[in-house]
Amino acid sequence: MTLDSIAIEGGFQNPVFDAQTIFRAVMQAMAEPGTIHKGIALAKPPAPLTPEAAAVALALCDQDTPIWLDPALAGDEAVRAWLAFHTGAPLANTPADAHFILAADPEHLIGLENFAQGSQEYPDRSATLVLQVNDLSGGEELVLDGPGIENEARLAPRPMPRHFTRQWAQNHARFPRGIDLILVSREGLAALPRSTRITSQEA
Amino acid sequence: MNAHTDNIAQYNFAYLDEQTKRMIRRAILKAIAIPGYQVPFASREMPMPYGWGTGGVQVTASVIGTDDVLKVIDQGADDTTNAVSIRAFFQKVANVEVTTHTADATIIQTRHRIPEEPLNAGQVLVYQVPIPEPLRFLEPRETETRKMHALEEYGLMHVKLYEDIAQHGHIATTFAYPVKVEGRYVMDPSPTPKFDNPKMHMSKALQLFGAGREKRIYAVPPYTRVESLDFEDHPFEVQTFDEPCALCGGTDVYLDEVVLDDRGGRMFVCSDTDNCEARRAEGHRGHLSGEEAAT
Repeated sequence: MTLDSIAIEGGFQNPVFDAQTIFRAVMQAMAEPGTIHKGIALAKPPAPLTPEAAAVALALCDQDTPIWLDPALAGDEAVRAWLAFHTGAPLANTPADAHFILAADPEHLIGLENFAQGSQEYPDRSATLVLQVNDLSGGEELVLDGPGIENEARLAPRPMPRHFTRQWAQNHARFPRGIDLILVSREGLAALPRSTRITSQEA
Repeated sequence: MNAHTDNIAQYNFAYLDEQTKRMIRRAILKAIAIPGYQVPFASREMPMPYGWGTGGVQVTASVIGTDDVLKVIDQGADDTTNAVSIRAFFQKVANVEVTTHTADATIIQTRHRIPEEPLNAGQVLVYQVPIPEPLRFLEPRETETRKMHALEEYGLMHVKLYEDIAQHGHIATTFAYPVKVEGRYVMDPSPTPKFDNPKMHMSKALQLFGAGREKRIYAVPPYTRVESLDFEDHPFEVQTFDEPCALCGGTDVYLDEVVLDDRGGRMFVCSDTDNCEARRAEGHRGHLSGEEAAT
């Protein structure tokens, strides 16, 4: 296929209902951190963007939301063209300008403090990080606590950014400022809003 | 394409266009991530006047899907004008199944009551909110109230409650009673009677609040602490009623006063019509239900 046709194909089959399905999965994941929501691979983007991450981008991003791509995604012309065609979202010049971050290579991700944190008056003006991981159950177990969690929740995503537990503790300490995290893998998606605490110790 | 799209060709599914839904959905996600914080959003003109639930309708329209079952209540009742109109609106523009049974609904849009029956995990309660800012009547400037929330400066609200005690001997605020969410943001629970405040605490359901005219969305995730503001020597108390529901005999429920004649006759009945009907179906009777059956 030519680059043009790669960019044009692979969007939602039913844009209205697929977007609603993905949004509800993200909403439930944010409301109940640590829960995994399946059946979200509704888009067919060019690799290394995964169907799950692409579906989240299609459901939430548009011309109002600058996106920042990590080097693994930004280096791929087909990915940039696909996102541009299907979402219309501009690419952010710097990580701090982006409303959404798409990252395919968690281990080499820059520090979370580089992304928009919002202000104390407007903590909603912060970035949402969509992180592509291999799975949500094979990594080091994170024990979660906070709003949306009855007793405790567990999640074991891998791979994760370096010193993730420490970075997340700092992110949580900035509350109400801070970023929100959506983890996507072939298993489905899970979310860690900034209100979530990780209570397990980093090894 | 889906069969639903053929039926409603004149509108997009759920009335709003997709870009508007995305904008509202992003605001909802931020609201859930920062419990109790009011997220500004670009509220749209809806085919109903402000004050009739445009905020709640926009939130519901952005959340609802074809599999959802919708219940709409107005002061606890399924059969009053606002509830009937909004239910009909979503039947028309989203072709969704509707119900009056609390337990069967996946989304419940409400104006100023929380159903008596405890909500379940997975249910979404959408509140229609007139004035989302709990500090607005104490401080009219948005720039100032925003700073007060940023600095967690809520002394003024306690002064207001204290003035109640100084004047009346008790906290006289009976509705829109301010709450603190997860120990951080002071939030207006919308003009629900304070009777309903304890139901918000650690609720299993997700609670979303939409204020259309004021252009704010806020949320309380499930299992979140919602504490009504009070003082150690004047703890928070809910309303109590002297008599049970005249139709179902229910106690521990919120009652409406209904005037029966011009000679001072009156009755107290359940505000939550679904709960009252369910209790009567189970065989519970109040002292006026027999007369009603006879006519």
